[in-house]
Amino acid sequence: MSMTREWLLSDQPVSRRQARLGQAYRTWLDFRTNGLAMFGFLIVLVLVLLAVFAPWLAPHDPLVGDLNTTRLLPPLTEGYWLGTDDQGRDILSRLIYGSRITLAVVALVAVIATPVGLLVGTTAGYFGGWVDTVLMRFTDIVLAFPKLILALAFVAALGPGIENAIIAISITAWPPYARLARAETLTIRNSDFIAATKLQGASSARIIWKHIVPLCMSSVIVRVTLDMAGIILTAAGLGFLGLGAQPPQPEWGAMIAGGRNFLVDYWWVATMPGLAIFTVSLGFNLLGDGLRDVLDPKRQK
Amino acid sequence: MSLLEVENLRVTFPTRKGPAEVVRGVSFTLGRERLGIVGESGSGKSQTGRAILGLTPPPGAATADRLSFDRTDLRSLSAKQWRGLRGKRMSMVMQDPKFSLNPVMPVGKQLMEVLRTHGAGRAAAREKALQMLDAVQIRDPERVFRAYPHELSGGMGQRVMIAMMLVSEPDLLIADEPTSALDVTIQIEVLRILDKLVSEQGMGLIFISHDLRLVSSFCDRVLVMYAGRVVEELKASELHQAQHPYTQGLLNCLPQIDEDRHPLPTLDRDAAWAD
Amino acid sequence: MLSVDNLEVTFAFGTDEVRAVRGVSFNVQQGESYGIVGESGSGKSTVLRAICGLAPVSGGRVTLDGVDIPAPRTPDFYRRVQMVFQDPYASLHPRHTIDSVLSEPLSIQGFDRRDERIAQALEEVGLGQGFRFRYPHQLSGGQRQRIAVARALILEPQILLLDEPTSALDASIQAEVLNLLDRLRAERGLTYVMVSHDLAVISHMCERLVVMEHGLAVEELTRADLRSHRAETDYTRKLLKASAGYTREDEPA
Repeated sequence: MSMTREWLLSDQPVSRRQARLGQAYRTWLDFRTNGLAMFGFLIVLVLVLLAVFAPWLAPHDPLVGDLNTTRLLPPLTEGYWLGTDDQGRDILSRLIYGSRITLAVVALVAVIATPVGLLVGTTAGYFGGWVDTVLMRFTDIVLAFPKLILALAFVAALGPGIENAIIAISITAWPPYARLARAETLTIRNSDFIAATKLQGASSARIIWKHIVPLCMSSVIVRVTLDMAGIILTAAGLGFLGLGAQPPQPEWGAMIAGGRNFLVDYWWVATMPGLAIFTVSLGFNLLGDGLRDVLDPKRQK
Repeated sequence: MSLLEVENLRVTFPTRKGPAEVVRGVSFTLGRERLGIVGESGSGKSQTGRAILGLTPPPGAATADRLSFDRTDLRSLSAKQWRGLRGKRMSMVMQDPKFSLNPVMPVGKQLMEVLRTHGAGRAAAREKALQMLDAVQIRDPERVFRAYPHELSGGMGQRVMIAMMLVSEPDLLIADEPTSALDVTIQIEVLRILDKLVSEQGMGLIFISHDLRLVSSFCDRVLVMYAGRVVEELKASELHQAQHPYTQGLLNCLPQIDEDRHPLPTLDRDAAWAD
Repeated sequence: MLSVDNLEVTFAFGTDEVRAVRGVSFNVQQGESYGIVGESGSGKSTVLRAICGLAPVSGGRVTLDGVDIPAPRTPDFYRRVQMVFQDPYASLHPRHTIDSVLSEPLSIQGFDRRDERIAQALEEVGLGQGFRFRYPHQLSGGQRQRIAVARALILEPQILLLDEPTSALDASIQAEVLNLLDRLRAERGLTYVMVSHDLAVISHMCERLVVMEHGLAVEELTRADLRSHRAETDYTRKLLKASAGYTREDEPA
């Protein structure tokens, strides 16, 4: 069967697959009309491509520089377009490899924190009563910790390193998703379509998983995307404080930390990774805003 | 001299598949009478009412060859001129009072606010507000005056809404399904209030509803709308002599308490009705 | 077949209690269509919800073929009793295709030949196979309500609880759905309990009915009583009069 536009937009799909793809295509058409969101999407896409193709795109070795010839070269030097740092390493190459770390942090936090938040929130919201009280008070407790400080404590306990930083960030990231999922669940759980499912004899787990989670999903995805900027900043902050990625890993936050000692004389060493963090954060924020416009169930008729 | 003249009213909404015309050339005149507009969902009856008040929701647009209210051309009014008309000389009552009342302000205060924008003093506004609540058959006006909208039942809320629209004694009231959310017994009471206002104050009333039976028992004249057009206009008392197959179909498909028709006749929509 | 004896439903809001149903009794025979009429707040829908376990039963008994219905309700109970809700816009999951709406009950109850059953259910409610993979937002209100009926009937229940199944629909669509319900009852020998505020709809659909007001059963009537306006209580007479439309002659006292 051909994947034409008409096939996707058909009012009478003939298979499950066509119905799903058609729905996704309509969402994409909606999304495409939002210029800023497309710009954010493009930034994130570039980040992904950089991470995937880093070995082919980076002109130099990101970890080892030549201390004799290439130390602290200014930007626009031939072959070193963004300059080099105090170890003589090409900043552009380090940024490109650093995108892998950034993306890994973002992806892992999303994969760990989102399901936890969804599960806690929908369970609390669906059952209500003491289940709700216990789960949400626990969430409140986690929520009450300052994000960076809790992450610091974890990293201090588990030892510095990017893996521990990711775990630490995930632990502090899920409570808002739980709150959000719970709020959505409360509006859904008394609706007729949930009642109808109960009347088919469905178990609570099935109702939560197959009927409530899909409806909470879109607002949580939007929230996660919007939080990505904050997660990247937290990861960079941990790196900056020396508790995240360890040298010589090219993590952007650690790169800023490395450049801050000679910020006045060699401004580019700290500025370039700063710009990278700024751009990617902006990209995720724009993408999140765009997703909210097309995915938010409250806006759909 | 008629109060409202509408000629070739059209309301268009842009969609992904191009512009969609939901009201397609509606014309009528209204005197100081009860005019019913009946149609099913999607017939354009509500959009007709909104367009008259200049309340077509964007990105929709309304055009007309003639749209005049008491010799004022409504098509070229500025926002400021609209404010002078809407809520003062022409008002609208919607189906659900909850959406039209401010939830965090007692209803009495809301009534007084409307009155005070019309230039009444504080004490006078309070006096008049209580009078209006009394006029819409609210038994304990003092209590309702202090109540917040969520403390009122549907019927009460709708009466407050009507009181709100009526404080300024408009010349024209457009009521869009004002009683559809109400129980039948309360429905009748609300209609009685509207009826009194038409007969005693000479107000013009446009009553928009899906309920053909109710409209025909309440209004003087009925416009039947289908797919954005008026397919038939008749005197309410002559509804049973309706000529158009759509009107006849609508009348026939209603179950009756004292009739046994199994199966009920259904409406075979003719594509030609929409042309 | 279905017997409700002195049913009471009380909702607790913190320390406040609302007695939504205060002792309602009726018997529904096999193959009968039984109506419950009342205005909002009369507790008529709560009776249905209590029967199928969506509202708490705080007193009285509900029996099916003489046996107390289990609490909490079991999946087996739901194979015998199903419900159709009032608002077709709220009763279908917005992100599920019609196909998954109809296959969900089959998979929960472990039915075989699912594709065949879904196809047959769509035909029975007068929708073709073209609707199978659509989403609810691509359907009109009447089509959605047909899907809701198909979903309830796909488990082949004996009793169908109908909670104002047509009050959210246009008059011409209402006629179609009422005819559909009529035909299905005749074909499958179903038993209906139907709730409505509309006396005409109840009179059209039901052989017997109970009138409810403020959680109490006011009186029980047959269709013939209703047709000849043989009502015992003032409240029923008031309802009958109001549903005839607006009358200008009699001003209120």
